[in-house]
Amino acid sequence: MKRRSFLQTIASVSAISPLIINGFNVKAFEPTNLFTLAGAIDCDDRVLVLIQLNGGNDGLNTIIPVDQYSQYYAARTSIAVPENTIIKLSDTTGINPEMTGMKSLFDQGKLKVLHSVGYPTPNYSHFRSTDIWLSGSDTEEYFNTGVMGRYLDYRFPGYPSTYPNASMSDPLAIQIGSVLSTGFEGPHANMAMAFTDPTSFYNIVNEKDITDTSSRSGLELAYIRKVGEQLNNFAKPVKNAALKVPKNVSSLYPAHTFNTPNPLSEQLKIVARLIAGGLKTKIYMVNLSGFDTHSSTTNVGFGVNVNHANLLKQLSTAITAFMDDCKLLGIQDKVLGMTFSEFGRRIKSNGTGTDHGAAGPVFLFGNSVIPGFLGTNPIIPDNVSSEDNIPMQTDFRSLYSSLLTQWFCVPQKDIPTVTLHNYANNLPILQGISNSVKHESLNPLSLQLSLFPNPILHQSQLQIQTVYPIADIVLYDRTGKLMSTISGYIPEGNHTLLFERVGLSAGQYYLQARLINGYTQSIIVNIQ
Amino acid sequence: MNRRSFFKNLALSKDSIDIPQKARINALEKFQGTWDKETRLHLLRRTMFGCTPAEYNSVETKSLDEILDILFAGITLPEEPLAYTNSGSITAGNPWVSAAYESGSEPQRLTFLQSWQINIVLKQPMRIHDKMVLFWQNHFATGAIVVKDARYMYKQTTLLYQQSLGNAKDLVRYMLFDLAMSRYLNNNTNTKSNPNENLSRELQELFTIGKGPEIAPGNYTHYTEQDVKAAGRVISGWADNQSKVSLVFTPNNHDTQPKQFSSAYQNTIIKSTANTEISAKTEVDDLLSMIFKQEQTSLYLIRKLYRFFVDYVIDDSVENYVIKPLAEQFRAANFEVKPILRTLLSSTHFYSNTVRNCFIKTPADLIIGTSRFFHPAGLYPEELNLMHWANRTLRRLMGNMGLDIMNPPNVAGIPAYYQEPSFHELWINADTLQKRIKFTNDLSIDHLQLDEMDYTKGPLIDVIQFAKDSGDPTDPTVIVNYWCDWLFSMPISETVKNQVKDFLTAGSPDYEWTVKWNVYIADEANTPQDAAIVSAVEKPLRNLIKYLLAMAEYQLI
Repeated sequence: MKRRSFLQTIASVSAISPLIINGFNVKAFEPTNLFTLAGAIDCDDRVLVLIQLNGGNDGLNTIIPVDQYSQYYAARTSIAVPENTIIKLSDTTGINPEMTGMKSLFDQGKLKVLHSVGYPTPNYSHFRSTDIWLSGSDTEEYFNTGVMGRYLDYRFPGYPSTYPNASMSDPLAIQIGSVLSTGFEGPHANMAMAFTDPTSFYNIVNEKDITDTSSRSGLELAYIRKVGEQLNNFAKPVKNAALKVPKNVSSLYPAHTFNTPNPLSEQLKIVARLIAGGLKTKIYMVNLSGFDTHSSTTNVGFGVNVNHANLLKQLSTAITAFMDDCKLLGIQDKVLGMTFSEFGRRIKSNGTGTDHGAAGPVFLFGNSVIPGFLGTNPIIPDNVSSEDNIPMQTDFRSLYSSLLTQWFCVPQKDIPTVTLHNYANNLPILQGISNSVKHESLNPLSLQLSLFPNPILHQSQLQIQTVYPIADIVLYDRTGKLMSTISGYIPEGNHTLLFERVGLSAGQYYLQARLINGYTQSIIVNIQ
Repeated sequence: MNRRSFFKNLALSKDSIDIPQKARINALEKFQGTWDKETRLHLLRRTMFGCTPAEYNSVETKSLDEILDILFAGITLPEEPLAYTNSGSITAGNPWVSAAYESGSEPQRLTFLQSWQINIVLKQPMRIHDKMVLFWQNHFATGAIVVKDARYMYKQTTLLYQQSLGNAKDLVRYMLFDLAMSRYLNNNTNTKSNPNENLSRELQELFTIGKGPEIAPGNYTHYTEQDVKAAGRVISGWADNQSKVSLVFTPNNHDTQPKQFSSAYQNTIIKSTANTEISAKTEVDDLLSMIFKQEQTSLYLIRKLYRFFVDYVIDDSVENYVIKPLAEQFRAANFEVKPILRTLLSSTHFYSNTVRNCFIKTPADLIIGTSRFFHPAGLYPEELNLMHWANRTLRRLMGNMGLDIMNPPNVAGIPAYYQEPSFHELWINADTLQKRIKFTNDLSIDHLQLDEMDYTKGPLIDVIQFAKDSGDPTDPTVIVNYWCDWLFSMPISETVKNQVKDFLTAGSPDYEWTVKWNVYIADEANTPQDAAIVSAVEKPLRNLIKYLLAMAEYQLI
């Protein structure tokens, strides 16, 4: 494609494309060689373990941009991790010193760090943002169902009435705990089963009396009976699986005591046993609470002081032990894990904590991940204000679409049915993707952006030199809100784009370019 | 597939069950129907934690208004909590809420406080206040283990007892200056130079006006991000002083610049007149007047009360014929809770069949209600230490079922109270249903295991007495009818009653039971009684009660 004709096709500041967002819409991903994973685990045997970090994890103290340490320190002096204690994952990026276990997983190529995962218009309410993450909606959309619930309904149509059956005798999804996530809410029922102890189940009275489901009273009665029925149906396979693997094997699990609680590790221990015991359950969900760190110490668990660093330690220890256990139990190839939180936190500290923020890091762990990073350190500007947020680099819906396709083998054509959106499913996150360029082979010179003049009065020229194709170029404001898509796909080479300030008020913005392998680069744009 | 049509299908499949409109015009008119036993019990079970036959009998001849007078009567505040065991510098049996803070005994004091509240509700007289305190505790969710000072939590709980039927606007004001809340939502670190939006946000999102659709970025219809910031500045400068156990105003930390609110609040500007505590309090008054002036605030609060006492499903008819007129009355009554609650609980709608027997018991309804109903001696010990362990056990069981008093999962309170679309159904899942049934099984047959106590001596239901209460325990049909009448709010079919009678008769004619019972009675005065004779009637009765309490019907009121 000639440069001139290419330039004509892109508007200077255009609305966000409604078709394929946050992905690589040109030369779209053809999932032909997708499933040639090492170990060749059948799609149906794969298990996803989701770890929800409730409260909004402070991403900047989890994955630390050591290349901008002075800005980082200036913005959050009261809570900054001391520079000499940070464990480096690369020359530019570090991890919290409490997360030694995850550092070694990273070194072994079993951990992928996704920088700045979020959505275009951040919402700062825990509940709304949790709803958004679990339902996969836009900020202004309201779904009654969860993304996992819709996937399970797509994969196991007719649930719950015709289940268990010969093809699926086990719970579709399991939540370890007493509260069922709304993420499992399907069109007809919640698709998951919650329990805390897989070895002791009660046999529920099986009442045959007719219920009148035309009244509120009858409906609630039917609901309670249904839960009892589900319990009776699924208790046996769960119990059998747990008894088949009566003990965890890894010696790395921490003790869970009053003074050093690790509730997450206790939950993951159950998950490992059930997977190893042969349950065909597709998704497990566990969680760790206490991340709402408005001030430095938050009490959680058994009621002892636990601060953010300690929570990260719990997370790291639990995941490391779980991975070790999976290896020893011989299930390591079939397990993929992911952490997420409803939002990250503000860049600037506020006393001894931080307020609710926008994008934050996501961890993917398992033998199948493409090791390393997706995306790049967020920019920490000088003179950070309390409004400043981290803009997203990866839309979480794109991550869902990619997991659905690359892990659960959902064809591209069915992605909209499950996600109710059309986000790209080709993020380079799991092995087996053809044409993926290893992120580690990239450096800032692979992609060079320069804007002149900057500050912009009316218009500027954006000069681009890239050795790989660019997926998209987008503009965020300083609160992390997506303002516009400047360009979609751009092939490798040198290009010049005209950047007009149309519709933008004076202030600072981030211009972010993303390569098709997920590598991103941002520059600060000043509008006069 | 077209996305829009997909949504439509989705919405339909979720809401396709055809429930006729729930409320009618004039739904709030006073109930004129038959004031019978079921109707009285409906009111009592929805406003108290269970209702015993003795309690019911005491109001059997009373009118709706007379019963409401009893439920709404003024209360004497609970006595201070005591140290149940030696704890730091406090010896067992002594009060501690006025003593100095001791970090080492803090976790223990919190358990004393929680036990104290359990003990109050376990012994509740006929009144609505205990349930209202639970309502406010969830509405103003405050996590004690974040607050880290049980004395703060005590102050908050006592305040809620004092004000549970008071004025909602006043109550919100109290909460803005509440020590525990100040810590929980970090308003104690909210200063002019380091603003903290936490309390300001939840004040609007959760305590008063509620969030509407986000119609533009940061604009939640009823308020905006600008308002979150502005209100945060209004309430800046207050921090808790732990040694004084009071909230202290620091003028230099208060933002005295004018606070400009958005058009959602009619572009109100709140100004400081002087950098003094009095002026800062006036600003808070202005803030609350501004928020409560908005119709949405009364609608939000009334919906929450409706869901707490009536049903979580609010269709258009309920919105139009119950919520809106009640909200109007709420505004006219200057946000006094008592009159609107009285209107609601006397309304035709509250007693209509559409909302009867559809309320899933909260863990408190189940645990406290069942305990109060059967009053097993083991749950009501005299000795302080034993009382603590009994209370603590019940608290733990409730917590495991999703209602841990003073420890909400987050600032929004418990999901069953707010999470669309499932609401109360969230109380029941495979895990919690088992826990509910284990609780009643234990009380029926296996002995409820109390923390730190001998398991084999754990509390059990006195089934012999409950059978005698039926009036004619020689007749198994009488026992079954009487038990079903008292245990369930909804009628049980004759088919089921006949089936469960088998627990007593084992398929033999009824007189076989009569014979067994008469043998038992003849032996009853002997010391010791003949174990085989006792077991012959006790065991079937225990199996029967265990079965009945495990039925889905028992989870509804």
